[in-house]
Amino acid sequence: MRFVFKTSYDADISLFKHRAQAVWYGLLLLLVLATPLYFVLIGDAYLLGEITGMLILAIAGMALMLLTGHTGLPSLGHATFMAFGCYLNINLLGAGLPWLIAFPLSGLIAGALGTMIALPVLRLHGVYLALATLAMSILTSDFVVIAEPWTGGIAGAAVPDINIFGIEINRYSTPYKFYYLVLAVAILMVWFYRNLLRTPTGRSFTAIRDSEISARAMGINLTRAKATSFFLSATTAGLAGALFGHSAGYVTNETFDLVMSITLLLMIVIGGLGFIHGAFFGAIVVGIIPVAIANGRTFLSTTFDVNINVPGLESALFAFILVCFILFEPMGLYGRWLKIRTYFELFPFYRKDMFKRQKSYLKTDRVQ
Amino acid sequence: MSLLEIENATLRFGGLVAVDNVSLQVNEGEVFALVGPNGAGKSTVFNLISRFYDPAEGSIRFDGKDLLKHTADQVPGFGIARTFQNIELFEQATVLQNLLVGRHRHRTTGLLSNIVFSPKAYREELRHRAAVEEVIDFLNLQPYRDKMIGGLPYGVRKVVELGRALASEPKLLLLDEPASGLSVEETQDMAFWIEDIQTQMGISVMMVEHDMGLVSAVSGRVMALADGKELATGTAAEVQSHPVVIEAYLGTGEISKTGTSRA
Ligand SMILES: Nc1ncnc2c1ncn2[C@@H]1O[C@H](COP(=O)(O)OP(=O)(O)O)[C@@H](O)[C@H]1O
Ligand SMILES: [Mg+2]
Repeated sequence: MRFVFKTSYDADISLFKHRAQAVWYGLLLLLVLATPLYFVLIGDAYLLGEITGMLILAIAGMALMLLTGHTGLPSLGHATFMAFGCYLNINLLGAGLPWLIAFPLSGLIAGALGTMIALPVLRLHGVYLALATLAMSILTSDFVVIAEPWTGGIAGAAVPDINIFGIEINRYSTPYKFYYLVLAVAILMVWFYRNLLRTPTGRSFTAIRDSEISARAMGINLTRAKATSFFLSATTAGLAGALFGHSAGYVTNETFDLVMSITLLLMIVIGGLGFIHGAFFGAIVVGIIPVAIANGRTFLSTTFDVNINVPGLESALFAFILVCFILFEPMGLYGRWLKIRTYFELFPFYRKDMFKRQKSYLKTDRVQ
Repeated sequence: MSLLEIENATLRFGGLVAVDNVSLQVNEGEVFALVGPNGAGKSTVFNLISRFYDPAEGSIRFDGKDLLKHTADQVPGFGIARTFQNIELFEQATVLQNLLVGRHRHRTTGLLSNIVFSPKAYREELRHRAAVEEVIDFLNLQPYRDKMIGGLPYGVRKVVELGRALASEPKLLLLDEPASGLSVEETQDMAFWIEDIQTQMGISVMMVEHDMGLVSAVSGRVMALADGKELATGTAAEVQSHPVVIEAYLGTGEISKTGTSRA
């Protein structure tokens, strides 16, 4: 077990709890920086593209994690904000703006639009907010069709390449550059996210999540804090959407559909609600399942000549995994990891109920 | 001039008059206690001050300002902090994080500064930590500092909630049944803390409490409430021996039972 002796307030404020943690994250950084090397060596960047895709999903996951995992507001409509970001990016690039301006701007406008849409429904709670955002997600495809001049409608729109000071970046022709670009955005987002959680703004979000009544009694303006969380979340989702567009190369009215919104929600639940890590763990699971299913199919058909072609198999497997998680691991993958780590740190003193939430009293009446 | 002035406040829940034409003042530096049987309307008076409810009639002034012109989230800004009868902590956060939320009214940095963790935000965090650390020392919360609320025993939660209110450095502290559910020793600690809060920190306290021992030990003036109406106001001894108060408690046995639990 590690004892952390705190000698100054910096120990609480700094990004890493102790030296060893900083070293681990340093090693992780080295690993992700060196990952492309492996693909250069094997001379096939296909899987790197999949990894880049996971990173983009993780950014979108962080967007939803902030809103749902840290502010306690569910959303079944985050693909809509991704669509905003994606189409704004396409149009701003088309208007001749350099990528370094068009990209952040599309995120910010997506955030502003998202907040405007969210404001009237922010008063709703739990399942009602989920339903309102669900409705928004269902309508998105139609709006993309209606806004054909900007979106290309059903025919779809090609996403221009990225150009940063003359450096051309394209998912297929320069997969390594694209990977590093997405990685840079992801790391920046994690840094922003961490900063938020260690300052008053982030604390007001988690306060609202845990007790609205107390949050108000501590001076937190609920509407404002929720709107801020929504803005940050929609902005990040917009950025993820813009990157998703670059990754897909071509987007249609079916790209940012309801399934994507639901996938994002599943992702953060599987990964672990309320932890930044959860967005990444979830993205890895969501990214790996289709690859695993495809590989499994190929394996079955080549080895045993069994051809499985069940429509909706992926979704069904997905739903199954989610149900398993909710039943057996409500804290998600990151929760499981925390438990394993605590087990080894405390060996042999780990107690099975260590992570159980203690219910020592009942909240009968919320305001009393 | 009194710090808090409630004049002729009335609040109805449908047909039920929860607070019936109540007037009271809390003076600077005093500990004012509100007693009365369950359902008397004590917590509702707190919720009126917190602006969770709008009184049908009457006025509430704090420090000369009209509280009714402000919303619930603006109340702490004037220097009013509170605890809840049924502890309302941020369950999925540590003790430290809970106390830091108490500092919310003292924040000086905005969203952008927070996101990039500007030097100003960093210095502000240092100040918040210093203030919170003082509260942790005062309430002996060091052993629980980094523990999640979810796993803490009831008595500790009560103290954490007091700490969160103190962290906001209020002028007036509203304590809703601070000793309910506490052991004799914990109640003793609570009494000492309330005395220190009043005498050393110079914070005025208004508390709802059933434990008449605690009430007589720490409070100056006591108001007895029943069915939303004021019965009597005076010292603890005066109120306890007031015939109307005794009648209100008759059959509930509360006042005599709890009155002897502490000398
Ligand atoms: N939100 C509410 N809606 C309806 N009735 C309420 C509400 N809050 C309190 N009451 C009623 O008002 C009366 C006073 O309650 P309260 O102030 O909680 O009493 P206490 O003196 O025990 O704190 C009780 O009869 C209670 O049932
Ligand atoms: Mg009460």
